[in-house]
Amino acid sequence: MNQEIPVIVIGGYLGAGKTTLVNHLLRNADGCRIAILVNEFGDLPIDSDLIEAQDDEMIAISGGCICCSFGSDMTSALIKLSSHNPVPNYVVIEASGVAMPGAVADNISFLEGFSLAGVVVLADSECIQAQAVDEYLGDTILRQLSGADLIVQTKIDLISPQMVSNVCSWLTSVNPKAQIVATAQGKLPPEVILGVEMVAGQPQSSGHADAGYDSTVFTEIAPCDPDCLAKELATGGLGIIRSKGFVTDYAGQKWLIQIVGERYDVTPMVSSEQDGMVCIGRKGALDLGAIGVIFAG
Amino acid sequence: MSNTTIFSAKKIITMNSSRPEASHVAVRDGLILGAGSLEELATWGEYTLDARFVDKVLMPGFVEGHAHTMEGSLWTKVYCGWFDRADPNGKLWTGAKSVDAVIERLQEAETVLEDPTAPLSGWQLDPIYMDNTTVTRADLDRVSTTRAVGVLHASGHIMNVNTKALELAGMLKPGLNHPGIPLGADGFPTGELKGPEVMTPVGPFVGYERSMLDADEAGLRNFAKLCVRTGTTTITDLASRMDEKTVDMMLRVTGEPNYPVRLMPFRFFMGLSAKELIAAVLALKERTTDRLRMGQIKIIVDGSIQGFSARLRWPGYHNDAPNGLWYIAPEHLSELLHLALEAGLQVHTHTNGDQATQLVLEKLAPALQKHPNPNHRFTLQHCQLADSAQFRTAAKLGMCVNLFANHHFYWGDEHYALTVGPDRATRMNACRTALDSGVPMAIHSDAPVTPLGPLFTAWAAVNRITASGRVQGEEERIQVHEALWAITMGAAYTLHLDGEIGSIETGKKADFAVLDADPTVCDPILLKDIGVWGTVQGGRIFPASNL
Repeated sequence: MNQEIPVIVIGGYLGAGKTTLVNHLLRNADGCRIAILVNEFGDLPIDSDLIEAQDDEMIAISGGCICCSFGSDMTSALIKLSSHNPVPNYVVIEASGVAMPGAVADNISFLEGFSLAGVVVLADSECIQAQAVDEYLGDTILRQLSGADLIVQTKIDLISPQMVSNVCSWLTSVNPKAQIVATAQGKLPPEVILGVEMVAGQPQSSGHADAGYDSTVFTEIAPCDPDCLAKELATGGLGIIRSKGFVTDYAGQKWLIQIVGERYDVTPMVSSEQDGMVCIGRKGALDLGAIGVIFAG
Repeated sequence: MSNTTIFSAKKIITMNSSRPEASHVAVRDGLILGAGSLEELATWGEYTLDARFVDKVLMPGFVEGHAHTMEGSLWTKVYCGWFDRADPNGKLWTGAKSVDAVIERLQEAETVLEDPTAPLSGWQLDPIYMDNTTVTRADLDRVSTTRAVGVLHASGHIMNVNTKALELAGMLKPGLNHPGIPLGADGFPTGELKGPEVMTPVGPFVGYERSMLDADEAGLRNFAKLCVRTGTTTITDLASRMDEKTVDMMLRVTGEPNYPVRLMPFRFFMGLSAKELIAAVLALKERTTDRLRMGQIKIIVDGSIQGFSARLRWPGYHNDAPNGLWYIAPEHLSELLHLALEAGLQVHTHTNGDQATQLVLEKLAPALQKHPNPNHRFTLQHCQLADSAQFRTAAKLGMCVNLFANHHFYWGDEHYALTVGPDRATRMNACRTALDSGVPMAIHSDAPVTPLGPLFTAWAAVNRITASGRVQGEEERIQVHEALWAITMGAAYTLHLDGEIGSIETGKKADFAVLDADPTVCDPILLKDIGVWGTVQGGRIFPASNL
């Protein structure tokens, strides 16, 4: 199994809904140990009913999750986390409102024991377009969005369906490579944000994926070039938001494939697991036929 | 027995406009009883005449309004800078003018290390002056292949390390994909690490373990020595995280009978929410002492111009680099300004680019309407690219500026050619415009970014000469007396200390810079070369020759 801890970077400007989303993840962690990293504990990063204990550096959250503040030194905080007992299943970095989430993600790449599992940038449906032309913030907002693998369009309950669709088109024009998902109150299935859970080494079709999302497991996978396969899945316009699983190459070597938006990662594995991949997409948007054809070789 | 000492001097430049010059100064209980003639001062009664400064020129002790105690800490490492620089013990290190010279210096330091596993660290490397030559791990492997070697650049944002250091940090592997980690032809890192996040994992292995923002005890002592050697009696640490342990240590060290400097650390804004920060700084203010002045906040708004991380207004960078980075969200800045005004706490804001300066001006105006305080003296630190309209607005808002005069000498040529182009480089650190606009002004070194030395800083503002020897922006030069004001009363004003220090007049602290020559009569081009005998601080005498 891959021992690296998956790291998800959540970015977006103040008020985009990062805290709401994080709290939703914690409420639905379902036994997963999520470690949240925030700049500072100000202004209640965690809903008070979730907090079990708190000191200067760490908040203990019911269900085995934790939240740590890192001030200005994220790298040290991550290094510290890697020796935390028990080791977290996921690390979620809540980047500051003016941080570049893409640059934060770059900093994961060279840290031992961690692997990047996606850059998620939140966009407030009501404000994002005005923010993007703000004299001071405009370029920062656009750079944040263009660093995303997955854009979460938040607060869609506050605007008309037509506006939701307009904003979505605009987001696509800003970052054509990112998958875009829409939500009110941050209520997304956790695996959309965190990635697919592996149970006993197998990707799972999640029971969470009911709120407008499909999660499909494919087990008929022909031997392949894993890099080509991953690229095709990530960039083929197949509606895949996230995907994860095992494949075998022509020489019999096992590979772990992980996909979020157009970002994909292939890692050679020593494993006796069955081949199989799970794909998550919006309900009805996954092109199951085309995906099946790709897996069949 | 008399408790009054009257010092005679060749000349006393008081910076007190009612009485600009004197021959004698009387000191009682660490305070100035008066400055004038011996006859006048003798009217206070019994005294001891001290003639040790009879050949010296006394000025008010210099006030450095923007420095970092890190300058003291770095001198425990090997100096690898391009320019000559004096260490805390007075030894002048000549500049290392090539990569080979840097390597040679490190090799020399390596041979005297006894512990074979101890790291070797250097600082202040600046390849800008070496045609931007890239230093590689192969270069540093010539120093050692068995111990970790790391050299921090002058910018503080780049470090070069050797192969052993990369190996210890687990970074000696191919295929790393990060803009801050250049790779060699072999796919392995070259050993150049750009940016704090990239440096952090290697730091502990090359002797840069602790956060460079926190003072350490040895560093604090070194820092004080540098102050005495440069005539500085009050200095800031801008900024410090000021955790409990650090504050206890700073209180203890500065409270020692022979600690020669008044230190003013500003609490770094990051790491606490706005409300928590205000509460923490109010608590620090309660613990303030004469020699450790706490209770101020430092906010960093943008990055640096030569690092292309400063926020610029149109037309942006001269070489088309994308605009820089915000280090604080505008709403967060606004909240802090409101809360600090409400709590009566002073804020200094780091703004290098003119857009960052503009943001502070725009956010402070409404905060002041909500919490009026005409005497707030919030200060724009660096403020290097401000135009005249911004200086006028700063003046109207009651702000001060502390301009980075030294920067002009060290990086002026770079700014002219590359970062902002000729026009704006010419108006950078516009001291003349600031004074003409009526903004209270200080000038600074930002040590260790450039060496501590108020007389050098005054020289830089008066002459505006760059490292290549050009005068850049002659219209922005200021007069010698204005520069001397900036390094005494000007800086004291930005710290709310102008009633206590900055001039030699009755009731103020007996803080003097003891100089070998008179800066008001020498050729202005020689200002930086005036010798400093030492200081008097709170009436205590500190000869540089006996530190």
